[in-house]
Amino acid sequence: MSRYSDFGNALYSGERSFDFISRRRYGFIASIVVALAAVLLTFGVHHGFNFGIEFKGGSQFQLTTTSANSEVTAQNAVHTVLAQTSQVNVAHIGTDGLRIQTEKLDANKSEAVRQAIAKGFGVPADQVASSFVGANWGADVTSKALSGLLWFVVLAAIAMAIYFRTLKMSAAALVALAHDLVITAAVYGAFGFEVTPAAVIGFLTILGYSLYDTVVVFDKIRENTHEVEFSETATFSERVNLAVNQTLVRSINTSIVAVLPVASILFIGTLLLGAGTLRDISLALFIGIIVGTYSTIFVAAPLYSLFREKEPKFAKAAAKIAAAR
Amino acid sequence: MAANGIVKSAIKRLIWLGVIIAAVAGIIFGGVAFKQTGASFVPQLALDLQGGTQIILTPQLESGKSVTIDQLNQAVAIIRQRVDATGVSESSVTTQGNNNIVVSIPGKPSNDTLKLIEASAKLQFRPVLATSQGVASTSVGGSTSGASASPSASATTANTSTPIATSSAAPSNPSDLNWVSRAVQNKYEALDCSTNFRKAGQVDPDNQPLVTCDSTGYYKYILGPVEIQGADISNAQAGTQTSSTGVSTGQWVINLSFNGKGTSEFAATTKRLYPLSSPQNQFAVTLDGYVITAPQTNAVITNGDAQISGNFTADSSKALANQLKFGSLPIGFTVQSAENISATLGSQQLSSGLLAGAIGLLIVIIYSLFQYRGLAVVTIGSLVIAAIITYLMVSYLSWRQGYRLSLAGVTGLIVSIGITADSFIVYFERVRDELREGRGLSTAVDAGWARAIRTILVSDGINFLAATVLYLLTVGNVRGFAYTLGLTTVIDVAVVMLFTHPMLQLLAQTKFFSSGHKFSGFDVKTMRDIAYMGRGQFKVAEKVSATKAAKSSKEATKRQTIAERKAGETKGDAN
Repeated sequence: MSRYSDFGNALYSGERSFDFISRRRYGFIASIVVALAAVLLTFGVHHGFNFGIEFKGGSQFQLTTTSANSEVTAQNAVHTVLAQTSQVNVAHIGTDGLRIQTEKLDANKSEAVRQAIAKGFGVPADQVASSFVGANWGADVTSKALSGLLWFVVLAAIAMAIYFRTLKMSAAALVALAHDLVITAAVYGAFGFEVTPAAVIGFLTILGYSLYDTVVVFDKIRENTHEVEFSETATFSERVNLAVNQTLVRSINTSIVAVLPVASILFIGTLLLGAGTLRDISLALFIGIIVGTYSTIFVAAPLYSLFREKEPKFAKAAAKIAAAR
Repeated sequence: MAANGIVKSAIKRLIWLGVIIAAVAGIIFGGVAFKQTGASFVPQLALDLQGGTQIILTPQLESGKSVTIDQLNQAVAIIRQRVDATGVSESSVTTQGNNNIVVSIPGKPSNDTLKLIEASAKLQFRPVLATSQGVASTSVGGSTSGASASPSASATTANTSTPIATSSAAPSNPSDLNWVSRAVQNKYEALDCSTNFRKAGQVDPDNQPLVTCDSTGYYKYILGPVEIQGADISNAQAGTQTSSTGVSTGQWVINLSFNGKGTSEFAATTKRLYPLSSPQNQFAVTLDGYVITAPQTNAVITNGDAQISGNFTADSSKALANQLKFGSLPIGFTVQSAENISATLGSQQLSSGLLAGAIGLLIVIIYSLFQYRGLAVVTIGSLVIAAIITYLMVSYLSWRQGYRLSLAGVTGLIVSIGITADSFIVYFERVRDELREGRGLSTAVDAGWARAIRTILVSDGINFLAATVLYLLTVGNVRGFAYTLGLTTVIDVAVVMLFTHPMLQLLAQTKFFSSGHKFSGFDVKTMRDIAYMGRGQFKVAEKVSATKAAKSSKEATKRQTIAERKAGETKGDAN
C-alpha cells in the first residue's frame, strides 16, 4: 500500500493534482444529464413513483388457519393473480389468524385473490374475509416529515453560514444535497422499485451523510482559502482545488468504509431474500453514499468556487498572479 | 506538553470512557437485578422484527350516525401522536375498512396504554351550580375519603339542600342558577354515582347544563354550560405540585397553558366566579363527562396558566397531559379486540441483515488493515468501543424510553459505522498531513487533533441538528430514524474524543509508531522524503522538478502560510 500512501503524499504537496475546479463543467454536465435522464425515466416511462401499501393503503384478507409455512403459501396464492413482483405482507394474528395485505385491488381482482387464497389454504372462500386498510404512513406522517425536512434545511444553512462565515458555502452544499436526493430518488423511479417506508428512511440517512461529507471537505477549503486574497502564489480556485485534492484520500477511504457494509447488506440481502426491507433501504444507501461522495467533489466544491472566484478581491488577486506567471 | 503530561491526560480520558461504559452497564445490571420492568441487556425489537399487539378500535356512534373518513383520519393522527409520546416505539396506526382504526404496538400494552389510546379525552371547563355527596346511601362516608379532588375544592359545601330555579327566566350567564330547571333537578336528585350512569361515548350538548359525578364517584354536580374547550389548550405538562414556599408536595398535577382564545375565556370565567359564594365560585374540569377536579376560584387568572390537580399518579398525569396536548378525538372509540400479531417481516430479514452487517464489518477491518496497518489497532478498537457503547445505550434506552429497534434502525446503525470511521479517517489524514509538514509524531498528533476535532465537531453538529429537528417535528418511523441518528452521532463524538485520540497519543510514545515503522501506518520516512513543491505549481497537473519549484518559490517566501514555511524548513534540514 505504500503506492497508495505515495499517492496521498503527492496529492498533499500538489505534485499530483486533479483539476476538479477548472474542469468543473464536465462534472456539472454529467450531473445534469444523469438527473434529467432519471427524472425523464421516472415520470415519462413509469408515471411517477411506485408507492407501497404503507403509503397508499391496500387490500387485506384474513382467515383462520394453522397451516405451516403459511407465508409462502399466501405469497404464492396472491401471485397467481397479481404480478410476481407485487408486495405481499403476511402476519399472524393471535393463535391461528393470518393477515395478508396486498396493494389496493378493485372488486374483481379482490374477489379473485380471495378465491386464490382460499384455494391455497384449502378452506371455503367464505372463510376468507376481505377489507381495505388505510395508509400506515398516512398524509399526517408525510406532511410532518416534510415540514421537519424544511426546517432542518433552513437551520443547517444558517448553521453552516455562521460557521463558514459565508452564505455561498451553504448554497453550494444545499445544491449538492438536492442533487444527491434527486438522483437517489430517481433510481427508485427509473427502475420502478417500490417506495416503502424503509426506502424513505434510507433516503433520509443519505440526507445526513451527504451534508456530512460536504461539510468535512468544506472545512478544509475554509482553511486553505483563509486570506488567499493576499497570496501571490495561488488563486482562490487553485486553493479550493488543492483542498479537494488534499482531502481526496480521506474521501475515498471514508466512502469505501461506509459503502462496504451497505454493499454487503445489499448483495447478501438481495441474493438471499430478494425484494424486501433490506434491499429497499440498502439500495437507497448504496447509491446515496456513492452519489454523496461524488457530489462533494464534483458539484459542491466547484460550485462554491464558481460562486466566489468572481468576487472583486479574489478576481483582482487572480489577475495579479496570472500577470506574474 | 511534556510526554509525561500527555500520557497522564490520555490515560485520564480512557478512564473516563471506562467509567461511562461501566456506569451504563451498571445501571442496566441494577435494573435487571432489581427486576425493573423492561430492564434487560437485550434491546427490545420493534413491530417489524418482534411483533406485538394489534388493537382494533371501533367508533362509538349514536344509532343512525356514521363516521366520516375525515374524522377517522384525524383520529389516526391524534392517536399516532399519543402513542409516539409514550416512547420511540415506531408503532403503526392505520384505518381498516370504513370505520375501524388498527393500532399495532410492540410488546404487550398496559391498561394505561389502552386507556391512552381509546379515550376521546374531551376536556371542558364548566361552572359548578350545585354539588353534594354522590352516593345515595350515606354509609360511604364521603367526607373522609380522598374525594377532595383538589385541596381547594371545598368539601364542606356538600350540603344536600338543592338549589332550585327561582324563576323560569332565561339564564343570563353560565353561573346563573336559572339553568337548574325542574327536569335538571330531578335528574340530579335521582343520580347515584355508584351506578354506571354514563353510556360509553355519550355526547353532552355544550350549551346545556350537565348533571354528572366526579371520577371517583364521591360527589355529584350540576354544572353550567361549557365555558372553555380543551381544544383551546396550547400545551399541557405533567409535574408535581409545588407549595407556596417552593417545596414539592409530591402531588401530581397537570399544568396547562391556553391559547389566546382560551386565555381570555379563562380570565372572564375566573373574573365572574371570584366574587360568588360557594359552591358557585368553583369551576369543574370535566374529562369525557366526568369531573376530574372542581377547584374554587381564588384569584382572577389572566395569564392563561392553570393547573389541574386530582387523584393522579405519575403515569396517569403524563397520559392525560399527552391526551390534552394532542387534542381530543373527534369521536369516542372502544377496543374491539387486542390480539398478538407476529413480526411483519420474516425472521430471515433480521438474521440476513446481521450476517451481512458482520461480513461488511469484516471487510472494513481488512480494508483498514491494508490502509492503516498498525493503526488499524486503533480503528478496530474504536469501532469495537463504539459498538459496545451503542449496544448498551440501545438496551438502556429501550428500557427507559421505550426505544424499539426496527430493521431500518439496525441498518442505520450499520451505516453509522461509516460516519464513526470517518471521524478517525479525518483525524489520521490530518496527522499524516502534519507529518508531511515535517513534524515529529507526538507533535503531529496534537496539531492534527486540533484541526481534526474542529471538522469532526462541525460535521457531527450538522448531523445532530438534523436528528434533533426531525425528532421534534415528525412522527412514526421518521422519528425513530432521527433518534437513531442522534444517538450514533453523540456516540461518535464520545468515542473519538475519549478513545481514538488518547490511544493515538499513547501509541505516539512507542518506538514502533514514533520511528515511523513501515507497518505503523505513519510511514514518516516516505513522507519526509518528498521534495517540497511550491504550492503555486499545481495549476497544470504535471510533475514539477524540485529545482524548478525551489526557483519559483523564492518570490513566494514573502507570503507563505505557516504550513509552507514549515515544509520549507524541513526541506532545508533534509538538505
